[in-house]
Amino acid sequence: MSIKKFVVGSFDDEGVLFPAVKKVRKAGYRMHDVYTPMPIHGLDHAMGLRETSLHTAGFIYGITGTATALTGISYCLIYDWPLNFGGKPHFALPAWIPITFELTVLFASVGMVLTFCYLCQMAPFVRKHHFSLRATDDKFVMVIECTPKTNEAELVSFLKSTGAADVHVQNAETGWWLGTYSKNLPSVDNANPLLA
Amino acid sequence: MSLFKYESQVRAPLVEGNKDYHQITEDIVRPIENRPSKLWWTGFLVSVLLLCFGIFSVTREVIYGTGQWNLHKTIGWGWDITNFVWWVGIGHAGTLISAILLLFRQGWRTGVNRAAEAMTIFAVMCAGQFPIWHMGRVWMAFFTLPYPNTRGPLWPNFNSPLLWDVFAISTYFTVSLLFWYCGLLPDLATVRDRAKLKWRKFFYGVASFGWSGSTKHWQRHEALSLVLAGLSTPLVLSVHTIVSFDFATSVVPGWHTTIFPPYFVAGAVFSGFAMVQSLLIVTRKVLKLEQYITLEHIDVMNKIIVLTGSIVGIAYLTELFIAWYGQVTYENFAFMQNRVNLLSPYGWAYYIMMGCNVISPQIFWFRKLRRNLVVTFFMSVIVNIGMWFERFVIIVTSLYREYIPSAWSTYYAPTIWEIGFYLGTFGLFFTCYFLFSKFFPVIAVAEIKHILKRSGDNYKEKMDKSESETPEVFAHEFEHAEAH
Repeated sequence: MSIKKFVVGSFDDEGVLFPAVKKVRKAGYRMHDVYTPMPIHGLDHAMGLRETSLHTAGFIYGITGTATALTGISYCLIYDWPLNFGGKPHFALPAWIPITFELTVLFASVGMVLTFCYLCQMAPFVRKHHFSLRATDDKFVMVIECTPKTNEAELVSFLKSTGAADVHVQNAETGWWLGTYSKNLPSVDNANPLLA
Repeated sequence: MSLFKYESQVRAPLVEGNKDYHQITEDIVRPIENRPSKLWWTGFLVSVLLLCFGIFSVTREVIYGTGQWNLHKTIGWGWDITNFVWWVGIGHAGTLISAILLLFRQGWRTGVNRAAEAMTIFAVMCAGQFPIWHMGRVWMAFFTLPYPNTRGPLWPNFNSPLLWDVFAISTYFTVSLLFWYCGLLPDLATVRDRAKLKWRKFFYGVASFGWSGSTKHWQRHEALSLVLAGLSTPLVLSVHTIVSFDFATSVVPGWHTTIFPPYFVAGAVFSGFAMVQSLLIVTRKVLKLEQYITLEHIDVMNKIIVLTGSIVGIAYLTELFIAWYGQVTYENFAFMQNRVNLLSPYGWAYYIMMGCNVISPQIFWFRKLRRNLVVTFFMSVIVNIGMWFERFVIIVTSLYREYIPSAWSTYYAPTIWEIGFYLGTFGLFFTCYFLFSKFFPVIAVAEIKHILKRSGDNYKEKMDKSESETPEVFAHEFEHAEAH
């Protein structure tokens, strides 16, 4: 991933952040992301993000589990080795409901969590660049990407006018790479005054 | 700021003291960054010793067989399955708090859910030990799994409640673990970003999966939590229902009743909340988290204890009534002679159960007692003793005098190795809990921040003041609040 230039503004209060997000979008800047220490309901809509389809994925995983259980048990108890359990029919659907239900839940949960990690690019030993270390503590950090057309000084003062407490320019790599957080990365981290 | 105008002023604040976001992080992460106290080391070492004793006891059982326990043909399930059901039941409160209360939008869950979920996971780990080692030839445990084998292939019996149990418990463990860990990710990232020491940066960096707090990630995280909660809710009900099927689908007098599933689930929640109380009353004191796990939390949980305790009480009485009304000789005998009759060999166990589970929690109708920590702690232990006896009564007093008097058993008492195994699971449970309380945030940091402006002490005050603001100002703020 290439290194890009960003303008980073930290907000102290989500009440200030909301109007600021609207103003920035209205002004036509390219908002990279907003990093927050906790979920802010409605911020995704304010930023114009699409609703997530994770639920749909979960439903598909769930019915996969249902189908797996029903076909698996049917294969074992009807086709492969039919056994007589207490004179009951081989196709004993009511007795299969517990396992079918459990596998539905298991597939849906595991599938959704793996999909979540994949979509958010999260895994052990994944390292990313973090624009501000306080975004996981008490700051709401808005990051705006600079395009060749962007006037940095103007953007910085604009962001300050919306209520950002601390605004600065940062060069950063936005993807993820394999690595741990115990080593400093001079190429990226030194460009970040908050980390220095 | 009246961004969150929704919460009633009647409700007491859930975060006390004038907190801001940073202060919350400081308060909850501090115990992780400090050196463990002497008290922690003492507790931890005692737990590890208990665990070692448990391992030793189980090793003897593996070498010499289940003959190391006082089980025999009549009482094939004794302490082991009693303990299994007891531990699984304890686990249920964690899922109830984390999932069901999430769906019901109960703000108070945020203070206690992390520790309660951890308790669930450790309790299910302990529970799982009992059926596994009870197999005797434990190296054959994988026979319970449906895998293509060279014996036919001969498949496990999918119509059997014991196999349902295998699926239910393993699914429950997996889903609880995933749910818990997904909730932990943002908090582990908080610890990572504060870390000064190299090993901490490494450990929490790896453990937090590179969490950044991006809005899109939060959106997915919220969706994930909601769906996992939706899945866990029927799951938790199914798990103890299936455990109760182990008994209810058999034709043993005293077990063969249709009331078992709801009765077991209510009992599970009852004992689970008692365990949550025992753990949190100590945790909040030792880690100085009284402002996050407030008396309000303790009060609410005690209300649930008195509710579920009363449900359990009604279930006991219904069982008795049906035993009499049904006029089945064997069932009537199991209840009236094996249990209610105080002079029968196990009559005492029945009355301990009744006293601890039905009568004693009734003191929680009084607000003063609900908010008394000493009383609550004492009661939480009493309830768990009572719930252990409930399972003991169900299992042993049904089995020891069944249909054929010639097969009636002599008095069953556990051997030291049976007790040792039980103590060993306490060791496992508390070893895990001590490690958890040292290395992970015991309160969900992000979730507390999320409710701060609704339920925080200082914000509630501000809301009071802004009651008199003009409609225009309110409308302007409401625009942002609408999305909540």
